[in-house]
Amino acid sequence: MNSRLVLINIVRWVVLLLIQILLLRNLSFYNLATPFVYILFLLLIPFGTPNLLLYLIAFITGLTLDAFYDTLGVHTAACVTLVFVRISFISLTMNRDGFDEPEPTLGNMGFKWFILYAFLCTISHHLVLFFLETFRLAEFSYTLLRCFFSAIFTLFSVILIEFVFYNRKMR
Amino acid sequence: MRNLWIFINRYNAFFFFIIFFTIGIILTVKNNVYQRSVTVNSTNEIVGDVYQNMNVLKKYLNLGPVNDSLGAENAKLKTELLALKNIDSAKTGVVKDTLNNPQYTYLSARVIKNSITLRNNVITINKGSADGIAPDMAVISPGQGVVGFVMDVSEHLATVRSLLHKDTKISVTQKKSNALGILVWGIGNADFTKAFVKEIPNHFKINLKDTIVTSGFSSFPPGIPVGTVTNTAVATGDNFMSVEIKLFNDFSTLQYVYVVLDKYAAEQKELEAKLPHE
Repeated sequence: MNSRLVLINIVRWVVLLLIQILLLRNLSFYNLATPFVYILFLLLIPFGTPNLLLYLIAFITGLTLDAFYDTLGVHTAACVTLVFVRISFISLTMNRDGFDEPEPTLGNMGFKWFILYAFLCTISHHLVLFFLETFRLAEFSYTLLRCFFSAIFTLFSVILIEFVFYNRKMR
Repeated sequence: MRNLWIFINRYNAFFFFIIFFTIGIILTVKNNVYQRSVTVNSTNEIVGDVYQNMNVLKKYLNLGPVNDSLGAENAKLKTELLALKNIDSAKTGVVKDTLNNPQYTYLSARVIKNSITLRNNVITINKGSADGIAPDMAVISPGQGVVGFVMDVSEHLATVRSLLHKDTKISVTQKKSNALGILVWGIGNADFTKAFVKEIPNHFKINLKDTIVTSGFSSFPPGIPVGTVTNTAVATGDNFMSVEIKLFNDFSTLQYVYVVLDKYAAEQKELEAKLPHE
């Protein structure tokens, strides 16, 4: 992992978290859909990062989010879940020995792969997030609905952002 | 040990996930008021459930004493009921005492040994002479039906000659017509739910499903339901009718019985002893 990638990731971390905390935190559609775009950072961590480091990054990211959302532990658990899904998905779909591309972006990996990857990660993250936040099964269907719509919203935002950067890279 | 390490290392993603996820959950529960209260609540629910289940178990274990007390209460109530009935039963011609002094009292007893498979079945009950039980007293079922006669008595126990015994004969009548008969069991019949009423005079008409009750001529109080007629065409070869009846009580599940204490039994015996023997 070269220093340029590290720098890019740090910048991405700061920017995405700022967007999330300052802008998207106040955003919600009918109290039903809330986007959590910051997970894009976790999605785009370069290949070949050791698992422990991945988990630590996710843990710190989650903790930071929790600090601002006043929901200590909820985002942490969700991010950790996302990283687990990410590791499982990558180990299932990719060649273990070497990675041709430095990081799993839309431009590098192709539309199909990235959609599936982003979808699985998002849905697992949101499931943990919403159910931990609600913390009861009585509102199961409502929580599931919120989770579903938020996941669509997040996924849409993530792919939108990816397309913006995809185009820039191709230029 | 080395293999274990290799195994853990191979699936390190999963183990890391477990560790970090657990930390996340712990943080969630520890630091958020809502989740904490919910957790405590659900814990309380679980604790409550456990206590409730324990209570059910305890209840079950206490069934014996509870049953005993219920049986005693039932006996008391039945005695009172009989006393009340006796007030207007003057028209039957039996002279009886008033409310507080009935002829018959019931004493509840628990069956501690029972058999139904033998030709001569004997029941043991947990009350004896200390409780006022004497030989030849009648024993009836808690619900409906007769059980037998007290055979031998020790201080705290008594044996009861069950109806399912060749020597047990109980005087019964058809409820409608008061046709007398004798209730016996086991003539070519080993079914403990069935018995025969013998020696009913031929001119009475007995129908299926007629109710047979005790006559009051044995030491049983009159009018205790015994069973219903299931077969009126039992061949006998003599001048009397026999019918087959289905007993109301189930001897196989007999748990509690009432011993009937007849206040005038001794008096009656003494009086009848003066009769010239034929």
